[in-house]
Amino acid sequence: MSIDSESAPLLQIKDLSVAFEQDGHKTLAVDHVSLNLHKGETLAVVGESGSGKSVTALSVVRLLPYPAASHPSGVIDFKGRDMLGLDDRQLQGVRGNEISMIFQEPMTSLNPLHRVEKQVGEILRRHRGLSERAARERTLELLHSVGIGEPEKRLGSYPHQLSGGQRQRVMIAMALANEPDLLIADEPTTALDVTVQAQILALLKEIQTRSGMAMLFITHDLGIVRKIADRVAVMTEGKVVEEGPTESVFTSPQAPYTRHLLAAEPKGSAPPPKPDAPIIVETENLKVWFPVKRGLMRRTVDHIKAVDGIDLTVRRGETLGIVGESGSGKTTLGFAILRLISSSGRIVFMGDAIDTRSWAAMRPLRSKMQIIFQDPFGSLSPRMSVADIIAEGLKIHTQLSAQERDERVIQALVEVGLDPETRMRYPHEFSGGQRQRVAIARALVLEPDFIMLDEPTSALDRSVQAQVVDLLREVQARRDLTFLFISHDLQVVRALANEVIVMRNGKIVERGHTVDIFESPKTDYTKALMAAALYHESAPEGIVAD
Amino acid sequence: MDQRADAPSSEPDFALPPAEREATAVATGPGFRVAQTLNQRRWRLFKAHRRGYVSLWIFAFLFTFTLFAEFIANDRPLLISYKGEILSPVLVNYPEERFGGFLARTDYRDPFIRDEINANGWMIWPPIRYDYRAVNSAPPTPLPAAPSWMFTKQERCASLAGGVDNPDCSIWHWNWLGTDDQGRDVLARVIYGFRISILFGLVLTAASSVIGIAAGAVQGYFGGLTDLLFQRFIEIWTSIPTLYIILILSAVFTSNFFLLLGILLVFSWVSLVGVVRAEFLRARNFEYVSAARALGVGNFTIMWRHLLPNAMVATLTFLPFIMNGSITTLTSLDFLCFGLPPGSPSLGELLAQGKNNIQAPWLGISGFCVVALMLSLLIFIGEAVRDAFDPRKTFS
Repeated sequence: MSIDSESAPLLQIKDLSVAFEQDGHKTLAVDHVSLNLHKGETLAVVGESGSGKSVTALSVVRLLPYPAASHPSGVIDFKGRDMLGLDDRQLQGVRGNEISMIFQEPMTSLNPLHRVEKQVGEILRRHRGLSERAARERTLELLHSVGIGEPEKRLGSYPHQLSGGQRQRVMIAMALANEPDLLIADEPTTALDVTVQAQILALLKEIQTRSGMAMLFITHDLGIVRKIADRVAVMTEGKVVEEGPTESVFTSPQAPYTRHLLAAEPKGSAPPPKPDAPIIVETENLKVWFPVKRGLMRRTVDHIKAVDGIDLTVRRGETLGIVGESGSGKTTLGFAILRLISSSGRIVFMGDAIDTRSWAAMRPLRSKMQIIFQDPFGSLSPRMSVADIIAEGLKIHTQLSAQERDERVIQALVEVGLDPETRMRYPHEFSGGQRQRVAIARALVLEPDFIMLDEPTSALDRSVQAQVVDLLREVQARRDLTFLFISHDLQVVRALANEVIVMRNGKIVERGHTVDIFESPKTDYTKALMAAALYHESAPEGIVAD
Repeated sequence: MDQRADAPSSEPDFALPPAEREATAVATGPGFRVAQTLNQRRWRLFKAHRRGYVSLWIFAFLFTFTLFAEFIANDRPLLISYKGEILSPVLVNYPEERFGGFLARTDYRDPFIRDEINANGWMIWPPIRYDYRAVNSAPPTPLPAAPSWMFTKQERCASLAGGVDNPDCSIWHWNWLGTDDQGRDVLARVIYGFRISILFGLVLTAASSVIGIAAGAVQGYFGGLTDLLFQRFIEIWTSIPTLYIILILSAVFTSNFFLLLGILLVFSWVSLVGVVRAEFLRARNFEYVSAARALGVGNFTIMWRHLLPNAMVATLTFLPFIMNGSITTLTSLDFLCFGLPPGSPSLGELLAQGKNNIQAPWLGISGFCVVALMLSLLIFIGEAVRDAFDPRKTFS
């Protein structure tokens, strides 16, 4: 890729600030940012949530919630025009035509009531005035170019009939419809599985080489940046702290924040297995089948086999990592082991067969098995104070007085590294990482033996992830806890798990010691998963989902 | 609000570059801005909706005012001093024997009683000397009589004994909005009618909310067969024509406030079920509900502590509109004479009189104005509540 740095840049952001006004207070989201983007170049803007990276990108096409948002300073020069000075009509001509965007969530970005043909064709007809027939031809061509198999059949599909990766491909086809000069990609792969993520990145790169458009790529994932960008701008608190060619930023970061970000990978190597420790959880031929009912009599004609005959053993003090793409049944497996959904097959918890116990008979055991969820925003009741949230389990499982409960809550908060003085506050006053700590405190306060962690770090920023992983490891060592760690983030699994199970379509594809799985995967599927997750490389067709 | 006044001065000028800005910025320090709770934000949004906020104050004033209707419009004095005793006929029903008469309920406007009391003490009257059933025994024209301010003093007191010299020929005996076809004071009836409509609406809304929320919660939370059966039951139930049931029952029982409330309640509780059920269906799979289940929390505790607060937002948004519906139902039943028992101060009955006496426009106009004012105020309040609970609402 040749970058002609002599000529004027395609997009020039000069001294841009964005302020948001709420309740009469102004807060500055973007603080005097300057960026240049040349034709055919990819500029990645990286930063953690709240760093102002998306707001910067949205300012380019003026998609912010005006008038709550305003630009106290700055110029955005796109092909010689100041975007901030254009009127609505002129903006309409630029949006979707010369500049297009793809967003994070392909499900909500597509209209659920329109077929693929209409979604893509509408842009062609509106911006280019193509006839129905010509639009159809061009749509087919576009779908083909974004790698959708059998595009003729897919023309009539609704968004919900497509997989996540296919939806994102349709979004890309829509963005490319008018051959834009600039593509703004706002976290386009964050909501996708790692394997699909790798495919989409490869596709974007290929299209860019083919069409020579410039790309402004917003992401929080440094691995992706390294894979796709020519230049990187690192943002934090609304400011660009470092900008430069990708390689030099990664190899010799100048700003302390960049160094901090690069160092924030989950560290530590997998602990060795403990073959002599007592068994905490054991399952035998565990199945969760959801019946598919059809017809007048609601006869069961088929089953969706979410979990299909899983045998596993977890020993005290060990962490069993379960990895796989979304839809592989890993969360369902975890819920079945905790008896939160019905299943068949034997489950033994600390020597008791629990698969036949009723909901009421399970209750005494609930204090020994706990669960930590992915989304720390969703897993804490927004209308209860942190003290109430943590103490809820104590009220059920213990006979403690209010004061003793409060002491236990304080202990738990200290253990997870939060200030106990904050316990009367509500979850919305805490950051994502702090909320996840509250969720961990809620699980720990009952002194459980076994904790199921369902993607506990996926919703967190990288640097926070590393802290949460450190905390989990420390707590596990101190209390001799047993973890069932469900994640699609292989780096985190590598840092924590003694043993790993790779799942696909409800079945175990491969199992073994973490070190063995990561260093010498045996099946093609595991190899593809590793390549995608650790190096963002897409696999040959047919091995993973699309 | 002081906080807001201070804010602009402590806010840096964002147009300056960061280095300069830091030099010129006013020091703020931690804790400068107190985090707003959700309810504070809602109250602020509610106040920002001027029309709704003003409506709330007008409504609150009218409601408190009419709650004390007995002290404003009554045919009994507030206080009497009679032979050295202080009596309050508003609160206590004194038999007429006490003042030398023979009726069970003292008629304080009777000239004999009036003179007797005035000779032995004094009386303090409320500003309007009629209650909802007191009859103007000497109307200036055949009933219904027009508002008193439409007559000259001679005309107004023509049918009183002694004409303008009669002590009853004072402004205190005016019918400010005229009388109805039975000689009752329209203003007094409107005041009492407003009160009974609002109270009926409040009680009916509260009771149907409690039942509706409970039913919706159970359906939404348990789902499955419970939900299916309940939903079919509600479909059948709502297809029963309410009006016919009321017609049949009013033929068997004599209607009163609580019977009517009961009958309407039996049919009105379904209005909230849909909303609450949807909220519970949505929220029962939230992670914090799963987390509570994993902790072993019981079903009803989860519903009460984790799910109900979510459903309350949708419910509260609906309440003013449900109340409006309840009041309208009562008014229309009264209009059709299937509502409150005859003689009750009801706005629907006033409207019916207006319809029957087109020649007396003060009846219809008074009824219309009061009903329109009441319903509009409630709708405006409802709109403001809806905006206040909208999480995406921003004011620029």
